[in-house]
Amino acid sequence: MSSNAIPTRKVARRVFASEFNDAGYTFKESDDERAPIYLLLPSGARANRVFVVGTLTEKEDIGEDSEYWRGRVVDPTGTFFVYAGQYQPDAAAMLRDLEPPAYVAIVGKPRTYEPEDSEEGDVLVSLRPESITVVDADTRDRWVVETAERTLDRIEAFDEEGNEYARMARERYDLPVETYRDRAIEALESLEDGQAPEPDAVDAD
Amino acid sequence: MTDLRETAEEIHEQFAEQVDGLTVEEIEERLDTLVNDYRVPLDEATRSVESTYLEKAGMDREELGGGGNETVEVGTIDEDEQWVDVRAKVVELWEPRSESIAQVGLLGDESGTVKFVAFRTSDLPELEEGTVYALGNVVTDEYEGRYSVKLNRTTSITELDEEIEVGDGAVEVTGALVDIQSGSGLIKRCPEEGCTRVLQNGRCSEHGEVEGEFDLRIKGVLDDGDEIHEVIFGEEATEELTGISLAEAKEMAMDALDTTVVADEMRGTVLGRYYRVTGPELGRYVLADEVEELTGPVDAESTLIRARSI
Repeated sequence: MSSNAIPTRKVARRVFASEFNDAGYTFKESDDERAPIYLLLPSGARANRVFVVGTLTEKEDIGEDSEYWRGRVVDPTGTFFVYAGQYQPDAAAMLRDLEPPAYVAIVGKPRTYEPEDSEEGDVLVSLRPESITVVDADTRDRWVVETAERTLDRIEAFDEEGNEYARMARERYDLPVETYRDRAIEALESLEDGQAPEPDAVDAD
Repeated sequence: MTDLRETAEEIHEQFAEQVDGLTVEEIEERLDTLVNDYRVPLDEATRSVESTYLEKAGMDREELGGGGNETVEVGTIDEDEQWVDVRAKVVELWEPRSESIAQVGLLGDESGTVKFVAFRTSDLPELEEGTVYALGNVVTDEYEGRYSVKLNRTTSITELDEEIEVGDGAVEVTGALVDIQSGSGLIKRCPEEGCTRVLQNGRCSEHGEVEGEFDLRIKGVLDDGDEIHEVIFGEEATEELTGISLAEAKEMAMDALDTTVVADEMRGTVLGRYYRVTGPELGRYVLADEVEELTGPVDAESTLIRARSI
């Protein structure tokens, strides 16, 4: 290995579950087999790694021969699906030991999967954790505000000239970015009244 | 853009106000003649063209340069080969190690310090230690991740009658702690005089197999979703961060017959939480002097206002 090329660590993007699950297109920026894989976020950014804080609501060992854990981690906009098996022993052990519900912080890599029986373009996006730790409600709230800020940063930069990933997102997804601003607003509002937004719920008042 | 065009635009910028009707094309043509027809190197050609316009404008060469530069804080210099102006105090003068160097030392301003070098060939007036100067048109340089500025024959030196409080170069970084790298937790260092290398499997890369001395540290990554900072927490900062002292760490390792349990335990307590770290930058690392966990309620109001205004 050449010593002059220290691979630089990739930033962990902040993205709400609703946007994360809308993504589905992954790409590499070089032909090198070990080149990093990026998930293209619909708001116009590439994500090789993400940082997520949410509530672990369910976990299940879906492995056949060996343990393979699936966890559902919920943020104010939707659900992240987290998968950890023998190659993520620490994360798998955490999922085994944790009792839902629990606030968890996850650093991980986005992965996509196209089920064989699915209709074309129906891609499932999941998270392969590097680490899972238990955190408190304040940390979760801090993440929601930070993720809203980063999402707004991307939306504001979306129409900027030379925004390569926004151009890619327009080509690949054709999803209106305003949606993600609205999701961010709902997420922030949920912090103020202390509960998760329910877009479909009818206000009883 | 070609080098010629770029140089022409730079020259144009310098003379546009003094020489009526000057166009970039005209300058480019002159450069082109010198460089492509007469095979004159670009820097000589530049000098020659500049001289032409200096004469037309009735200016001295000293009046050139400096004008178009940005005045930067020395602590923020992070790019090679940039022409900049600085306003700084000569904090220290060192003994030049080479005949070609007239002066070498440390410049400082509120943002921190940076090494400077002046060469004999530039024939500049001498700088005095403790004096504040405005230095126009110096060029930045980089060696192994550390930056310096070089004075040159076009550098303007103006002594300023003011005082500067030189900063220690501390930076403040915040973000979520997203990784604890290998070489963290309970480590052993080489006990040889002046060597504090971390041992790998009981071996020092310089002194071979040695009886190491225990130490605590964390090499962590703070990530704010925009950029990452690698942070080194020394023994004190590590204890503050994790609540684990060196003595406790040794006990944990003894009980488990394994030192890696310490780093594992630390991962569980600090990963995924938000911190603010203050300390000096050393190469690619920030050395944590002060550590504060960001806890308590957050204010969503200002972000909401921002979101609604988009």
